[in-house]
Amino acid sequence: MSHNSTLKHAEAAAQFINDEPRTNWHDETLWFVRQKRDKAAHGLPEWEQLREWASQIKNHTLSNLDNYLKEFESKAQDNGVIVHWAADAEEHNKIIYDIIAHHKIKKIVKSKSMLTEECGLNEFLHTKGIETVDTDLGERIVQFRNEPPSHIVLPAIHLKKQDVSDTFHEHLNTEKGNNDPQYLTEAARQHLREKFIESELAITGVNFAVAETGGFVVCTNEGNADMGAHAAKIHIACMGFEKMIPKAEHLSVFLRLLARSATGQPITTYSSHFHKPREGQEMHIVIVDNGRSRQLGRADFRNSLKCIRCAACFNTCPVYRRSGGHSYHTAVAGPIGSILNPNIDMRANADLPFASTLCGSCSNVCPVKIDIHDQLWKWRQVLVAEGYVDTTKKVGLKGMAFLLARPGLYRFAGKMGRGIMRFFPWIVNNKLNPWYKQREMPAPPKQSFRDWYLQNKKQ
Amino acid sequence: MNVGLFIPCYIDQFYPNVGIATLQLLEKLGCKVGFPLNQTCCGQPMANSGFASLSKSCDKNFVSNFRGFDYIVGPSGSCVLHLKEHLHDEQHPGEAEHIRKHVYELTEFLVDVLKVEKLNASFPYKVGLHNSCHGQRGLHLSSMSERNLPAFSKPQQLLSMVKGLELKMPSRPDECCGFGGTFCVFEEAVSVKMGKDRIADHANNDVQYITGGDTSCLMHLEGILKRNGSKVKTIHIAEILNSNA
Repeated sequence: MSHNSTLKHAEAAAQFINDEPRTNWHDETLWFVRQKRDKAAHGLPEWEQLREWASQIKNHTLSNLDNYLKEFESKAQDNGVIVHWAADAEEHNKIIYDIIAHHKIKKIVKSKSMLTEECGLNEFLHTKGIETVDTDLGERIVQFRNEPPSHIVLPAIHLKKQDVSDTFHEHLNTEKGNNDPQYLTEAARQHLREKFIESELAITGVNFAVAETGGFVVCTNEGNADMGAHAAKIHIACMGFEKMIPKAEHLSVFLRLLARSATGQPITTYSSHFHKPREGQEMHIVIVDNGRSRQLGRADFRNSLKCIRCAACFNTCPVYRRSGGHSYHTAVAGPIGSILNPNIDMRANADLPFASTLCGSCSNVCPVKIDIHDQLWKWRQVLVAEGYVDTTKKVGLKGMAFLLARPGLYRFAGKMGRGIMRFFPWIVNNKLNPWYKQREMPAPPKQSFRDWYLQNKKQ
Repeated sequence: MNVGLFIPCYIDQFYPNVGIATLQLLEKLGCKVGFPLNQTCCGQPMANSGFASLSKSCDKNFVSNFRGFDYIVGPSGSCVLHLKEHLHDEQHPGEAEHIRKHVYELTEFLVDVLKVEKLNASFPYKVGLHNSCHGQRGLHLSSMSERNLPAFSKPQQLLSMVKGLELKMPSRPDECCGFGGTFCVFEEAVSVKMGKDRIADHANNDVQYITGGDTSCLMHLEGILKRNGSKVKTIHIAEILNSNA
């Protein structure tokens, strides 16, 4: 589903928070996931070492990506896999459409792939009259509701069980008002079984692509990638080119980090290793750039491509927990999305690096040690330099910089404006002072510290 | 030891008592403290908003005020972190570097440089500690809940030396309060919600005061507390450590 909303993060977040009990529930649910992550991470004495290894393996891979990609391609081809290269989302979608059209396919299942969300594959195929069934339970729920996922690991985390019940009542004919999770899950299971059995083509994502073997690993908790890939006669796996790791042995680092960081599980229920098509099956891999080589060329932001999509940074982010994934209006939300998306479209996503207090918790939980909050800061500098911020903000901050570079003027402004806080121009430039909406101003003191010092301390 | 007192702009203008407490505390502990009279701001509000390019003159003013001190000490983790990471002066690179390496947040200066082991202070109240993100995660004033590393806390170590003080930690010991510089106005709804949630966590412990090392976080929390008519007060850690026995 694409995000049609033109709302910026701050406005969308304000709408989300309007329902405060629901915001509290969202915050607490994700905080619970963060705590599960802490337990799993703190239970491993070698945790920090694993993060360091993962970071170094990814850094090394990104520095030698051309070679590893070629090695992967040739090994995969030796295994009988058809390898495609897509420069952008459009090419990715066209490659998949051509395979579908060539085989005159009607029934398609798809397990979770944030890349296909990024490329808008479902909508593209829809315009061609082809329907794709998302088989991850959370993704199926949001697909029924014609909504995008709000979280890359927990796509329907913004919904409560009564929402799911209403959705299933409408689409799967379940009893109205029956909110029993067991009952609802069973209904989804029966529905999806049918789709798996009927399907002619399965699309999956890729968590790790191994250069030395040409194989790839898909991690799920529901086994839906396997169900799809094993039942259909064609399997297409889509991957961003940063999914590469050099050797199979490196999985021993990444698989230990991924699920612990994501949900606090020691490992995902299914870690499925695909190497070659079974007899009579056709297997494709689509390797996608879509702006990644541009990001690789940005010295300050290249290591954002180390990301293994665990979403630990979402769960820990105090802003994400209180604004919901849809407020980020992109396929990948949260802190990592806020450093990836400006690369894809700077104008449309200029608000995202500012949707953070720079608290740094994201960088601390990141299993591959991406300096997320530092990159948020750096994106702010780039966005201002490229002219993607509001004029009022610019005028206010320019005025402030002018004032603060001139000690005499600073003191004069302080004396004049202390009482009404004119001192902070970003506040006075907004007609409806956002500070005062829900907060009192600090009571103005009689004198500044400097005045006190001159009166009491100066020799 | 010759210490330059750095009083961030909003403390100078709105919270002079924090500056006074910091100065008195450092003098009590034997420091020779100078207060350069032409100081203004560290430049952080511009830089964190993406306008680091505009803070050059601010940086220059800072360097010309604070060169020549053995140490520079300020009661704000956030401003100190900004200086450590971003203070530059093309004309005086050596002096800027000296400042970057010798600028300290108050509690880290007390613990790491002065190696304070006892304080003649008394504050007989139930106090909640707010760990400010930049002090904690940026300056490593205390261990962080995300990391798998040994636990420590410089502010807690100092508060434990204060007579009568009963320290209460919130259930989320290092969640951001939502101030975030200009974030507090540009993302007003999220900012206030984060602040309300921090306050609720402290209120569960029945605290009388919320303290911390950053006046900016405290100003934000105080604004919400006052609006809601709460009896809980905010107080900078310098004021507690300087409180008379």
